[in-house]
Amino acid sequence: MGVGYAGHRLAVVGAGVMGTNITALAVGHGVPVVLVDVDEAVLSTAREAVRLKLRHAQLMGALPDGPHGELVTSVSLGDAADATAVIEAVTELPSVKAEVLAKVSATVRPGTLLVSNTSCIPIDELASSVLRPSELAGVHFMNPAYLIKPVEVIRGPRTDHRTMETVAGLLACLGRRGLVVRDGTGFVINRLLHPLINAAAMVVAEGIASAEVVDGLLEGCLGHSTGPLRTADLIGLDNLVDSLNVLYERTGEDSCRPCGLLLEKVRTGDLGRKSGQGFYDYGKVAS
Amino acid sequence: MTTEYASAVAPVTAEAVESALTGFLAGRAGAPVEADQDLFASGLVSSMFAMQLVVHLEESYGIAIVGPELKLDNFRTVGAMARLVMRLREAAGEVNDG
Repeated sequence: MGVGYAGHRLAVVGAGVMGTNITALAVGHGVPVVLVDVDEAVLSTAREAVRLKLRHAQLMGALPDGPHGELVTSVSLGDAADATAVIEAVTELPSVKAEVLAKVSATVRPGTLLVSNTSCIPIDELASSVLRPSELAGVHFMNPAYLIKPVEVIRGPRTDHRTMETVAGLLACLGRRGLVVRDGTGFVINRLLHPLINAAAMVVAEGIASAEVVDGLLEGCLGHSTGPLRTADLIGLDNLVDSLNVLYERTGEDSCRPCGLLLEKVRTGDLGRKSGQGFYDYGKVAS
Repeated sequence: MTTEYASAVAPVTAEAVESALTGFLAGRAGAPVEADQDLFASGLVSSMFAMQLVVHLEESYGIAIVGPELKLDNFRTVGAMARLVMRLREAAGEVNDG
């Protein structure tokens, strides 16, 4: 168990890429997790994904010594009732997140930390759907969450001091370092990153450069560890389009309107690393 | 190291593993790979691809890379991976023989 928050019991809602990332991070740091999703088949895939991610974390020397936390999967949100903190990691659609957070809020005891792993939706917008808005904060984990230590922490206008202290305690327990920002669409990271990725895709669509060259320039000349289009494939192009729509609808900035190439790739099922094909082919390219 | 194992295919030797891995990596990376080249320092292999290498070795050579063996240094070069494969196959062989 981590320092400063012994006894944490985490519930993670949503067993997709980020839900399994966060679960692997927590279990690998000795924190027991209840992972909730609506579908038993999704949970079965998720258990295997968490197992692989724990091995990946160990391979990279990213886990502390000590026993893993227990992982329980469930299709019932009721199994999150005893959690000390709940992290929502469902699809980046405002209506879906709002509905799930409302249910979570009605399930847990007052005083239970609620966290949204939203990448773009303002926390105060989501806070309107929970019973106790002061107990909701945003924590934007990176992908893969178990390898990248810094996280973007969002304090909404209604998030109280005690909630921020609890977030800090939880992150210390998970070995992450929180950088706190104020609320706003896309916060800091995706307000900057998503329009960049969108522009990078437009450059490819216009035939100015290939994905490899765009990424090669930003990696080699600007020192980005992962270029924008490799990053897009890692995020998932469907999730990226959802996030760009959230940004565009709220800021009205043209740079946030998903470009044709991104929409086309989503239409044809080329969603990035998770589908085996995006801007890169993951059957052939060392990435 | 040239210990031979009963196998339906060619015997697994360190040299054979190195040769297969060099081909596998060159095909994936689109560049030739040396046996002692640091794959991570050269940027040829990312942290994400490292895990694919683990699974590839396990499936190709019937080994389980677990516990303290699951560390990056065992995958840093083609030579290190070949030594890991031979070490784990030897250990498994000893168990089977015993």
